[in-house]
Amino acid sequence: MRGKCWKFGDHVDTDQIIPARYLNVSDPVELAAHCMEGADAKFPKKVRRGDLIAAGENFGCGSSREHAPLCIKQAGVACVIAKSFARIFFRNAINIGLPILECPQGVEAIAEGDEVEVDLAAGKVRHLGTGKTFSTAPFPRELQEIITAGGLMNYARQTARK
Amino acid sequence: MGMTITEKIIAAHSGKSRVQPGEFVYADVDIALGNDITAPLAIHEFEAAGLRKVFDPGRIVLIPDHFTPNKDIKSAEQSKLIRRFAREQEITHYYEVGRCGIEHAFLPEQGIVVPGDLVIGADSHTCTYGAIGAFATGVGSTDLAACMATGKVWLRVPPSLRFVFKGALPQWLGGKDLVLFTIGKIGVDGARYKAMEIGGPVIAGLNMDERLALCNMAIEAGAKNGIIAADNVTAEYEENRAQRPPKSVASDSDARYEAVHEWDVSKLSPQVALPHLPENARPVEECRDIRLDQVVIGSCTNGRMTDLRTAAAILKGRKIAPGLRVIVIPATQEIYLQAMEEGLLKIFIQAEAVVSTPTCGPCLGGYMGVLAAGERALATTNRNFVGRMGHPKSEVYLCGPAVAAASALTGRITHPDEVMK
Repeated sequence: MRGKCWKFGDHVDTDQIIPARYLNVSDPVELAAHCMEGADAKFPKKVRRGDLIAAGENFGCGSSREHAPLCIKQAGVACVIAKSFARIFFRNAINIGLPILECPQGVEAIAEGDEVEVDLAAGKVRHLGTGKTFSTAPFPRELQEIITAGGLMNYARQTARK
Repeated sequence: MGMTITEKIIAAHSGKSRVQPGEFVYADVDIALGNDITAPLAIHEFEAAGLRKVFDPGRIVLIPDHFTPNKDIKSAEQSKLIRRFAREQEITHYYEVGRCGIEHAFLPEQGIVVPGDLVIGADSHTCTYGAIGAFATGVGSTDLAACMATGKVWLRVPPSLRFVFKGALPQWLGGKDLVLFTIGKIGVDGARYKAMEIGGPVIAGLNMDERLALCNMAIEAGAKNGIIAADNVTAEYEENRAQRPPKSVASDSDARYEAVHEWDVSKLSPQVALPHLPENARPVEECRDIRLDQVVIGSCTNGRMTDLRTAAAILKGRKIAPGLRVIVIPATQEIYLQAMEEGLLKIFIQAEAVVSTPTCGPCLGGYMGVLAAGERALATTNRNFVGRMGHPKSEVYLCGPAVAAASALTGRITHPDEVMK
């Protein structure tokens, strides 16, 4: 996948990704209308399908609300690249099939608006402006299986069938 | 090589004699929790996957506490969905408004979670139950949905950090001050993916309410869980509560820790965390000129009897500062009733504070005390993120109940000594 990056800093918490006042619904479309609103009020209007997010340390810290990765996915964001992820956001993203990558050097090299290409399976981020490629350690096998199945519920269904 | 409490509980729930940090397991879950925000998503997932029956209706807990008694039509629909699911699935531990309270106060209070348990909750503050010696961690709605079907959860065994508190804890300080101090030292990602094992002589002297407040905020350091080994305080707390036999688990003397932090807290000041991260902890003395619009005493962190007694001792016979709003929220119905019988509610009301029915309410900017632009609150809650309690241009400062009550009297952040001379 390739796309334009939106850049965010360290410790972007779930109250910035989707403020709790909008959590009285579960509909991803309604949630996506407020995606990242606490960090950038105009983000839901600016983001285009296929865009990427590049963020700093501990992205998604705070609450367990799955509404956070869900609204990012629904808003059309193809992948979130971060220096690191908070653990519940990390597992939620894996579980719902929102592509994520931990790539500190890649994030360091990306500025807002830069175009990058991401190869999830290979764990590579390529900066299309500079041509530089950044590699990350691939996810462990157990997580790859969930990702490949398209999320935890699909994985659970597939393994139940075996 | 020995194992930590966390490793032992995970191993015991994965059919293994031992586990190591980094290892993946599918663990058996004793209790799986959801609330009125996270359970609806889980129920949608569960039903969309064509699943018919939960693995065990006695092991799932559904608590409507965040936006209840429901604040608007949309949140009422969410609660209605949980209610319908609980009825269809014959969920034992579904509690209607008026019969429960804030989940993380209610579950230990009622003995629904017990020492030695492996608990997952679709709420980040599920780590609270580490205080009773359980492995408890926050997960998402899809995790809850999968667990409702299978009774299992995928976990990566966390490395453990050990925190040892020594010395004598000064007056007015409690579990909240210790955890704010700790997060101030290690940062909001200082324990990311890790277990925080907490002990030492200071912890041995803390009652269960203080321990629950401490473990409640392990997530604010990024931790997977916080945990305190069960001891005689735990045993006494569990007497007449535990709904299943408690299992006391302790770390081996040669257990492996990624790091050990030892702190003497004899000279610690009451702690206040400045906006907009819990790691911005400062001694209260450094915050004394900060003026307030609202004070909140409550939440899954500090809405228990010990907290209300501390606040009432300071507010007794006095009035809160002019122009200030003070909201007191007992965390459960049982606490509410006890506070009434002890005369605490009367003290709060005579001080001109609002006393609310149990709810998460203002902590997450839900209702019952939402802030306008430019307003500043001091709260015994757990998060001070941007916009957490309302408008993105409002501010939240975090503290324990003694500082909150003292500040309620002056209208600015205040050391309890100043009003209790």
